[in-house]
Amino acid sequence: MFAPLIRWLDERIHLDDLIAPFKHKTVPRHRLSYWYFFGGITFFLFIIQVLTGILLLLYYRPGANEAFESVQYIMTRVQFGWLIRSIHAWSANLMIFTAFVHMFSVLFLKAYRKPRELTWVTGVILLVLVMGFGFSGYLLPWNTLAFFATKVGTEIAGQVPIIGRPMMIFLRGGEEVTGATLSRFFGFHVAVLPGLAVVLIAIHLFLVQRQGMSVPPKVEAEWIANPSARREMKFFPNFLLREMMAWYVAMGVLGALAAIFPWNLGVKADPFVSAPAGIKPEWYFLFMFQTLKMIPSKVWIVDGEVLGVLGCSLAGLLWLLLPFFESDKASRAKVWITGLSIFALVYVIGMSVYGYVAK
Amino acid sequence: MTADLLSQPETTRRRVIEFFLGGGLLASFASFIYPVLRYLVPPAVVDLGGDEIVAAKLNELKPNSGKIFRFGSRPGLLILNSDGTYRALSATCTHLGCTVQYRPDLREIWCACHNGTYDLNGRNVSGPPPRPLTVFDVHQRGDEIVVSRKREA
Repeated sequence: MFAPLIRWLDERIHLDDLIAPFKHKTVPRHRLSYWYFFGGITFFLFIIQVLTGILLLLYYRPGANEAFESVQYIMTRVQFGWLIRSIHAWSANLMIFTAFVHMFSVLFLKAYRKPRELTWVTGVILLVLVMGFGFSGYLLPWNTLAFFATKVGTEIAGQVPIIGRPMMIFLRGGEEVTGATLSRFFGFHVAVLPGLAVVLIAIHLFLVQRQGMSVPPKVEAEWIANPSARREMKFFPNFLLREMMAWYVAMGVLGALAAIFPWNLGVKADPFVSAPAGIKPEWYFLFMFQTLKMIPSKVWIVDGEVLGVLGCSLAGLLWLLLPFFESDKASRAKVWITGLSIFALVYVIGMSVYGYVAK
Repeated sequence: MTADLLSQPETTRRRVIEFFLGGGLLASFASFIYPVLRYLVPPAVVDLGGDEIVAAKLNELKPNSGKIFRFGSRPGLLILNSDGTYRALSATCTHLGCTVQYRPDLREIWCACHNGTYDLNGRNVSGPPPRPLTVFDVHQRGDEIVVSRKREA
């Protein structure tokens, strides 16, 4: 059916040349291959976010007097509106989760080393962007939880010495969290962040495409010792087909979660009501939240909050530059980086769980 | 020859599997698209306008002038003629939906968008409008000018 159309296009733009790199591309096949899927699933969930986000934009109205009501309208009056919003919220959470899984798998499989430093750097920036999406999108329904989460979150940003306060005022669009904050967050969420994310995803994917898939050093060593054990599969169609199956499963999980556990709307935000007891940030901020909670208010002569914020920023910066501390020779992989990775994973999970159960 | 004979049931089986797999995929895609299509249809807005509205107060309009009033979710046009009689019509141009106005200089109803004109009975007299404007009933109740939809005969 499509053959004449493809031939027509091929005559004019030489499709063959365009898809040639995909035809030559291969994906290494070994016992750890399934970790390769998580980046793709994260990408799939991002696409879902873009599509459902556009759908929500058809009815959503930013503004302190309208936002909550418009989301309520979406959930109660618009047909399947509850489902679209629920998918957007669930997909956001799943996307952050798969992004974390993807990052740690890259870390433990040592895929970040030379020549893939830039892939790691763009990936870490993307993770920050994704958390920015989460933080800004959380405010948009203008409910009580979101209001206080934004208040606390921007207050934390304000703790950074010198640039903190101007940054907080920039984020809030004023001294306090008001409708002006909502307008800004809406702009960040639907214009600024998507623009940045698309550019970075393009670079990230281009690098993956250009450099091919990394083989974990252990597997590589086995293959060098025994060249006949080396296994590969074609990217197109073999790997792509498996990837599509993974996406299909992700879609199924997402749809089931969204339909069975629809996302709550909560109570409309009121700036003159006390924060409810047991209020907590979204799970992906919990490990930082708990860390800040545990630092005493004064450490030596430095404010605890300032210390916490600076410590977290420094850790983030080191995390971003991690590949540059690693030797590029497989045989000399630095043990301390593996140790640090394990520590980071245990710390993030441990603090998140602790933050979840702590009062 | 033997290979051909052997492959015969294989292809049939393959066709059956392809049918179920493809059909299943198509059905599931339909189930993804269906809610989206329903979502795109905006919920009907309830027209709270009713069949009757107070369009103006008694001494609000000068003779030979017109006024746009709200009739449900649509605009209406109330005209006070020089002889003191009222007239009310739909203000939505039958051409492309602009809101018309009363022209005291022409004593006609005029649409600025494409220069269509109607006479005071709402008949389309020149320009692109294809149909006359709907005429409403007007009556006076106390010091209010009340406009109502004409009863369907």
